[in-house]
Amino acid sequence: MTQPFPFSAIVGQEEMKQAMILTAIDPGIGGVLVFGDRGTGKSTAVRALAALLPPIHAVASCPVNSPSLDRCPDWAHLTSTEIVTRPTPVVDLPLGVTEDRVVGALDIEKALTNGEKAFEPGLLARANRGYLYIDEVNLLEDHIVDLLLDVAQSGENVVEREGLSIRHPARFVLVGSGNPEEGELRPQLLDRFGLSVEVTSPKDIDTRIEVIRRRDTYEMDYEGFMEKWRPADAELRDRIVAARGHLKTMASDESVLRDCAELCLALGSDGLRGELTLLKASRALAAFEGADAVTRAHVRQVAPSALRHRLRRDPLDEAGSTTRVGRVVEEVLGESA
Amino acid sequence: MSLPDGIWTRVEIGLNALAVDPAGLGGLWLRARSGPVRDRVIEALPALPLPLKRLHPSIGDEQLFGGIDLTATLSSGKLVERAGILAEPAILVLPMAERTQPGLAARLAGAMDQGTGHCLIAMDEGAEPQETLPEALTDRLALHLDLDTLPWGQTERIAMDTDALAAARARLPGVRAGDKVLEDLTVLAVRLGIDSLRAPMLALKAAKALAALAGNDAVDQDDLTAAVQLVLAPRATQFPEEPAEDDQPPQDDPPPPEPEQGDKDQNEGEAQSLDDLPLQDILLEAAKATLPADLLANLAAKKAQRAGGGISGAGAKRKGNRRGRPIPARRGRLDTGARLDVISTLRAAAPWQTIRKRESSFERSLHIRTDDFRIKRFEEKSDRLLIFVVDASGSAAMTRLAEAKGAVELLLAEAYARRDHVALVAFRGEAAELLLPPTRSLVQTKRRLAALPGGGGTPLAAGLKTALELAIQSKGRGMTPTVALLTDGRANIALDGTANRTMAAEDATRMATAIRANGYPAMVIDMGQRPERSLKALADTLGAPYIPLPRADANRLSTAVSAALDA
Repeated sequence: MTQPFPFSAIVGQEEMKQAMILTAIDPGIGGVLVFGDRGTGKSTAVRALAALLPPIHAVASCPVNSPSLDRCPDWAHLTSTEIVTRPTPVVDLPLGVTEDRVVGALDIEKALTNGEKAFEPGLLARANRGYLYIDEVNLLEDHIVDLLLDVAQSGENVVEREGLSIRHPARFVLVGSGNPEEGELRPQLLDRFGLSVEVTSPKDIDTRIEVIRRRDTYEMDYEGFMEKWRPADAELRDRIVAARGHLKTMASDESVLRDCAELCLALGSDGLRGELTLLKASRALAAFEGADAVTRAHVRQVAPSALRHRLRRDPLDEAGSTTRVGRVVEEVLGESA
Repeated sequence: MSLPDGIWTRVEIGLNALAVDPAGLGGLWLRARSGPVRDRVIEALPALPLPLKRLHPSIGDEQLFGGIDLTATLSSGKLVERAGILAEPAILVLPMAERTQPGLAARLAGAMDQGTGHCLIAMDEGAEPQETLPEALTDRLALHLDLDTLPWGQTERIAMDTDALAAARARLPGVRAGDKVLEDLTVLAVRLGIDSLRAPMLALKAAKALAALAGNDAVDQDDLTAAVQLVLAPRATQFPEEPAEDDQPPQDDPPPPEPEQGDKDQNEGEAQSLDDLPLQDILLEAAKATLPADLLANLAAKKAQRAGGGISGAGAKRKGNRRGRPIPARRGRLDTGARLDVISTLRAAAPWQTIRKRESSFERSLHIRTDDFRIKRFEEKSDRLLIFVVDASGSAAMTRLAEAKGAVELLLAEAYARRDHVALVAFRGEAAELLLPPTRSLVQTKRRLAALPGGGGTPLAAGLKTALELAIQSKGRGMTPTVALLTDGRANIALDGTANRTMAAEDATRMATAIRANGYPAMVIDMGQRPERSLKALADTLGAPYIPLPRADANRLSTAVSAALDA
C-alpha cells in the first residue's frame, strides 16, 4: 500500500496542523478532535500524523509495547525479549467494531486448535503508548464509547469475561474526526479530547486550486511527490523531537497560569481540565517555536483549540463556539498586538 | 423533475469514463427505480475492468472485512479464515442504497479512501427526496445520475467497446491536464456553490479518463465540458448568476450573453483565472444546460431534509439487540456484537438432528450450523414529550392560561395509554419560565399549575428558546419531543428583554428556525379572536400545522392537540 499524503504538503488548515503537531510534541495534552465538512482533508491530516511521530523503544514481542521487560504483562507469551525501535503505534478503531475486538477476548484460534485458554489482545493493547484514531467518531456505538471513556480515564484495560481475568496498561491518545451534521458527540467524550479543531473548505480560489494541484500530482507522480516532500516531513519531525526535549525545561511563570485560569473562568468551562490542557498546549507551542518561556501570545494562539469544545453548548448561538472563545480571549487577554 | 435532452448520452459517456478509471472516479450514484431503464445501465457494468460484487445495506463487518469462518473452523478442527469482500479491488454494487446506514457509509468511505481501488455503484431507489444515499458516500462518487423520469423510449443499448476501453486504460497514466484546467474546474465549482474539494478533483479525473478514451494525451475542451456536465452540474447548489452567499467569495458573475460587462466587478483573487473567459463561459453554459430546472426547489427540500432525517446518530436507533422490550428472535449472524438466543437456536436446530447425524463424520451429540443461529432482539420505544409553550401575557392571559392548564391535565390523563410526558413553558413579561418539567405525574402537575401567574409583554422568542433547550435535553434522555405553541398575539419583547417589535419578531423567527433545524415537530395553536397572520408565518417557519382555535376550552384544545399529534 502506498504511503499516506505527506503532512507538510497539506495546504492551509493551519489550526488543524498546529493541533496535530502539539499533540505529537506532548501526548499529555490528550489528543485532537477534528470536526468539519466533507472533503476538507480531515482524514488526510490524521493519517499523515503517523509519519511525524518519533519512534519508541519497546520489547519486540510484547503485545502492549512495553518499554522494558519487567513492565510486560504476565499473560503475554514473549517469544523475543529484545528491545527494538518501532514507529509509534497509530491504531485505527473502525466503526462497528465489536467489544471483543476493542478490549481483547479469548483467543479463538488457540481455544479451537489446542483447547488452550489464552488471551488475544485487542486494539486497546496495540494502541498502548500510541495513538488511537477514530474516524467518524460521532457515529461510534454508545457501548464502545462507554468502554473507551472508562479506559481513557484509568489508563488500564481490565478484561473479565469468558473465564479470563486480565489487565494491561492502555495509555493512548485519542484522535477523532467527524462531521457534525451526522450527529453530536457526548460531552463526556468531548472532554477527553485535549484539543478540538473545526475545519472548513478553503474559501480562497488560489488555495483551492493549490489543493487540487497537489492532490493531482500525488496521484499522478507518486514517487516524485513523496521525494519532494520527504525532506519537509523529516524536518518537521526533527523539530518535534527537539521540542519534546525542550519541553522539560520550559518555564511558565505565574502570570501565564493566571491567564489560563482567568480565561477558563470567563468562559465558564467545567472542571480544571481546560486550564491544564491550555497550559500544556501553550508550553508545547512555545517549545515548538524554540522560545525560552511561555508567553501570553502562546496562550492566545492555542486557546481556541483548547477551549472550544468545553463550553456549555448553546444551541441558539449561531456564531458558534469559535467566535465565543475568540471574544472572551480578547476580553481577558486584551486585543492582540 | 424535467430532464434536459441528451441525458442518455451522458449516461453512456459517464459509464465509459467509469470503465476507464473505476477506482479514480470512485463510482456511480444511480438514482432510479428498479425497471428496464436501470437494467440497461446494469447491463453495461460487466464491461468495467474489475469483478462485480454485490453488497446489501445491512451487510455485516465479517462479510466486508473477513474474519474467522466459524462453520469451516468447527468442522475441520483448524482455523479457517475467510477474506472479506473489501480485500480485493472490486466493483461494489449496492442495491437499495437509500437504506444505507451511516455506519456502513462510513466504512465504505473509509475503504475507498485507503486507495485499494474500489468502485461503488450505489443503486438508490429512494422515492422521496429524503430517502437517499448518505452524503459521506455521494461526495466520493464522481458520477451522479438521476434516471427516475427518463422514459424507456429515450434509452438504447449502451455501447462499451472493450478494446477501446483497454487502450484508454493503458493511455490514462500519461494523460496530463494543464494548470489552466485545474483552475477552471475549481473556479467553476465555487461558482456553482460546491463546497467540497472532492468535486473538482473528481471532475479532473473524469476529464482525464475521457481524454484517454478519445485517444488524446492532454485534456481538451470537449473532455472538460463533458466532465463538468457529469460531475459538477449534478452537485450544484446555486445558479451561477446568483449573487454568492456570504460565506462564498463575492463573485458577480456576468450573465453569459454579455460576458464582458460584469468582468470589472470581479474581485482580484480570481482575476488571473478569468483571463480566458470564453472557455469558462463554455463550461458554465455546459453546466447550466444540465442543471435541473427545479434546482432551487430541490435545494429547499434538501435543507429541510437535513433538519428532519439528517440527524441520525447512533442514538436514534430504536431496534437493537441490547436493551428494551424483547421481541421475537430472528435468524442472524453472531458477528456484530449480537446476543445469541440459545433456546430459539436449539429449537431451530432440533428438526435437523437426525439428518445431520447421518451425514456428519463427527461423533457429536448436537449438530448446530450457522443457519440455526437466532439473535435476540429488543425494541425500545422512546416516550413522547409534549412541550406546551403558553402565552401568559396581557389581560386575556388568565382565561387562556386556565384553558391551557386544563388541556395539559386532560392530556396527562391519557398519558398512561399514550406514553406521553408533558411539560409546560409559560412566557410573560420579559422572560420565559419552565413551569412544569417533563412529567407524567398528575398530582405534581396540578400542584405546579395552580400557581401560574399572568400579565405583561409577549416574549415569544424567549418561550421558544426555553422550549428548544428543554427539547434538546429531553431528546438526550431518550424522549421524542413535540412543541405545541399556544398564543394569540405578536411577539413584542426581544430575547434580551427589550420592548422592540421588529427585533422581537426577528428573534422569534430565529428561534423557530432553530427548532426546525433541530428536527423537532411542532404545532401552533392560535387562540386569538381573529387569526393572526404573523402566527401563520411563524408556523410555516417551524414547518408546523397552524390551528386557529378562537375561544377554545380545555376539551377542544386537548382534542385538537391529540388530532395534530396523531396526524
